[in-house]
Amino acid sequence: MVKKHSDIAFSEAPVRVSEWRRFRRVFFERRLVTFGLVVLVLMLIAAIFAPLLAPYDPYELGPGERLLQPSSKHLLGTDLLGRDTLSRLIYGARTALMVGFISVFISGIIGIPLGVIAGYFGGITNMVIMRAMDALMCFPMLLLALVLAAVLREYAISGIWVVIIALSVAVIPGYARVTHGVTLSIKENDYILAQRAMGSSNMRVMFRHILPNAFPPLIVLMTMQLGALILAEAGLSFLGIGIDPPGAAWGAMVFDGYKYLASNPVLWLAPGIAIALVVFAFNTVGDGLRDALDPRLRGLL
Amino acid sequence: MPSTPGSEAYSSDEEKSMAELLKVENLKTQFHTESGVVKAVDGVSYYIDEQEIIGLVGESGCGKSVSQLSVMQLISTPGKIVGGEVIFEGQDLLKYKTHGPKMRSIRGAKIAMIFQEPMTSLNPVLTINQQLTEMLELHLKMSKKAARERAIELLGMVGIPSAHNRIDDYPHQFSGGMRQRVMIAMALSCNPRIVIADEPTTALDVTTQAQLLELMKDMVERFKASLVIVTHNLGVVARYAQRIYIMYAGRIVEAGTTKDIFGKPRHPYTIGLLKCIPRLDEEEDRKLVPIKGLPPNLINMPPTCAFLPRCSYKIKKCSQKPWPPLTRLHGQHYVGCYVNTEEMRNEPAAR
Amino acid sequence: MTTYIIRRLLQALVVLILVTLIVFFVMRLLPGDPILIYVAQTAELERMPQEEIDELRAEFGLDKPIMVQYANWVAGIFRGDFGTSIFYREDVGTLMRDRFPPTIHIGLLALIVGAVFGVLAGMVAAVRRGKWLDKIVTPLTYVGLTIPVFLLGILLIYAFGVKLGWLPISGYTSPLDDFWLSTRQVIMPVFCLAVFGLAANARQMRSSMLEVTRQDYIRTAWSKGLRERVVVMRHMLKNSLIPVITLMGVSVSIILGGTFLVETVFAIPGVGRLMVSSIFGQDYVVVQAITLIFAVIILFVNLIVDISYAWLDPRIRYG
Repeated sequence: MVKKHSDIAFSEAPVRVSEWRRFRRVFFERRLVTFGLVVLVLMLIAAIFAPLLAPYDPYELGPGERLLQPSSKHLLGTDLLGRDTLSRLIYGARTALMVGFISVFISGIIGIPLGVIAGYFGGITNMVIMRAMDALMCFPMLLLALVLAAVLREYAISGIWVVIIALSVAVIPGYARVTHGVTLSIKENDYILAQRAMGSSNMRVMFRHILPNAFPPLIVLMTMQLGALILAEAGLSFLGIGIDPPGAAWGAMVFDGYKYLASNPVLWLAPGIAIALVVFAFNTVGDGLRDALDPRLRGLL
Repeated sequence: MPSTPGSEAYSSDEEKSMAELLKVENLKTQFHTESGVVKAVDGVSYYIDEQEIIGLVGESGCGKSVSQLSVMQLISTPGKIVGGEVIFEGQDLLKYKTHGPKMRSIRGAKIAMIFQEPMTSLNPVLTINQQLTEMLELHLKMSKKAARERAIELLGMVGIPSAHNRIDDYPHQFSGGMRQRVMIAMALSCNPRIVIADEPTTALDVTTQAQLLELMKDMVERFKASLVIVTHNLGVVARYAQRIYIMYAGRIVEAGTTKDIFGKPRHPYTIGLLKCIPRLDEEEDRKLVPIKGLPPNLINMPPTCAFLPRCSYKIKKCSQKPWPPLTRLHGQHYVGCYVNTEEMRNEPAAR
Repeated sequence: MTTYIIRRLLQALVVLILVTLIVFFVMRLLPGDPILIYVAQTAELERMPQEEIDELRAEFGLDKPIMVQYANWVAGIFRGDFGTSIFYREDVGTLMRDRFPPTIHIGLLALIVGAVFGVLAGMVAAVRRGKWLDKIVTPLTYVGLTIPVFLLGILLIYAFGVKLGWLPISGYTSPLDDFWLSTRQVIMPVFCLAVFGLAANARQMRSSMLEVTRQDYIRTAWSKGLRERVVVMRHMLKNSLIPVITLMGVSVSIILGGTFLVETVFAIPGVGRLMVSSIFGQDYVVVQAITLIFAVIILFVNLIVDISYAWLDPRIRYG
């Protein structure tokens, strides 16, 4: 028995799903990405509400309570100077995220315009800017950060800012390159030419019309950079550069804990896992963003 | 209802299977996508004789390419061949393991394929020599030297000038038309019995199209092979094919000799297709009439005739009965339609 | 292709000049008297009589205009004169000659291990996509890309050095002196440095191959009746490797960056540790020299990578 003609709807090509819904669907498709997002949110909460969440003052010395193993009183034990590890871990989140976000912001403010200008104007401007970026990229991130930190340290800037400035400089080329690439690819598009024919100033064309196209890859880049920056910050504080004592930084905690390698493994494991977890979270969220925003970027980023 | 149109032309089963080189029986291939199951090929049956040229015509998405890829077992996830038989030289090819030695000895050696996109169908990092000789060495067990000479010979046959110089070039150093000639040479290199050309000229300009089709016809005659031309352009097969199958939404809707199809088309879709083609022998003022509507979504197809929403000849019966089976009109002419369109020659004014 | 190479070489030259400028002027960012770069700590400087300071200034050419100083410095590099270490009171060139071998030994091994095994792992994961091998390799690559190199070092030391006692936890011996001991000492540091390369190469290779699998010419290859091994090795491999080559540059950069951390954790007397101690010791001559050398190494590696890339891809080579 066949249904009546009017009851059956012959569908043609499927209707276009709204962009936002598609983005949400692709983004949360992988459990890993959702997991990463959860970790990041938790990290953010820990950083912002550190004073409320930390059971103890991270700087408070406890001379009688040195190197305690984890217990109900100190969930992760105490360190060499009797400070509560868990509290220091939570405050360390603050340091890490602060360094990460501020560095990304600063390098973005500098790198993105550089990329647009270089791509848009071409010629000598392009050559000078991009070669300068190439030169910066010849220095491994850690190396550049180390040298800059060594120099900046001589100035009376607090440790955390030394790290932030050093890392920002190291990361600028990434933004310049991505923006440069996007600019080159759409520079000759008809609507750009139309804008210029209309008499729009160069600034307007660059920032109002070209730049927004760079947002998707830039957002992905920023997320990935955050992971790399936190890793670099950890490396620097591990080597002893950056946070002045008694500040809490995960890398430094690992270094301190290393001395008690076998006796108090929590001292170096806890901050180490924290670092790995945050970087992992940023990377997976970055992956998810990239797939959701534009899978064509997969080869580039 | 006969399963293979035209096969009753022969008096006995034995005679039938002796002449038929390839017989495809009720082939079904499906793709499992997020939105549902796409029935790309939904019960397709056809046959090819020795040294015959047949055309498989239909618009994009009707399943013609998928059907040919299924014959070669070149379907990969999310696609799957779910039913039917492909009888070649007495064996059902679908029973062979996809990557097993038996199927591999068929591909390239007995049945070969020419693909649509010459620009991307050749490996950019290997020379033409490498890509031609690997088949000769594998299937014909030739030595490197002999294979190279044969490859040069083949290139010459398909009209590549200075073949002995150009054989060591890379694909990007050839134009689209030349690359397609190389593909033709590759397809025929191991003397296959059947060559399947999947939209071989769609990506090329009209002049090159004509040259290549002429070349293919010559080559298959020379090699005594059969040719399947898969295309959306009826005009292409008019000149070369002896028999034509018209496909729509995964099934064959009309089959017959070229004369039948062009002279007395019966299925509304075929009639529509013919109306789209400009012809030299018709009146100046005839308008080209496109078929209204869009191809159907192959997921969750209703059980009635799939052409229904676009049909100008439909009657009440069409919406009440399932997809019409193929019925024989005469000789080798079959059609799957409830309407006698010949009687309704003039387009009804109401539609 | 020759035009491409020439253009690329010129580009590299410009970048090289910029790099030397950066290294030179960053050191000049130090506050106070640039004589600090050549002499010991500020405290010592304060104790010196003015004439001595002036003498030293002249000796180091600090009384000349800045660009001349730059030129002199570059000229010195060409002659192999990197200056004298403040701390070691040794010619920096000699210092480098002693310290570089362990770094190169470990770094090179890490590069090779990362490349070879990374590519193999990626290939296997792609060919057996979705099967259990892929399900193990793919998440592992995530770990490899995110784990901090020093944490990995400490973990390995904890596991293999302390708990299991299989491997020595620090120190370095030249393979020429005692091959077996050298190898045992070097396993963990090499692994630490190789992990990123392993992960990155595996991911890139896997994704390259999956991309290549979808290409039309692979479908053509299957239609010719070729065996899986032939399709993978002859048709897919070369196409997939091309993007992986570009990773070599990044790998070297990561290894050179990681060497500071790894040599600190494993107490290896290489250039990395020298750099770290020089930074804390304010031995700026050494800092400057190492920075320049590392940057130039990376510059050359990138140059070679770009040229190899052009040479491997026939579309670029035979334009």
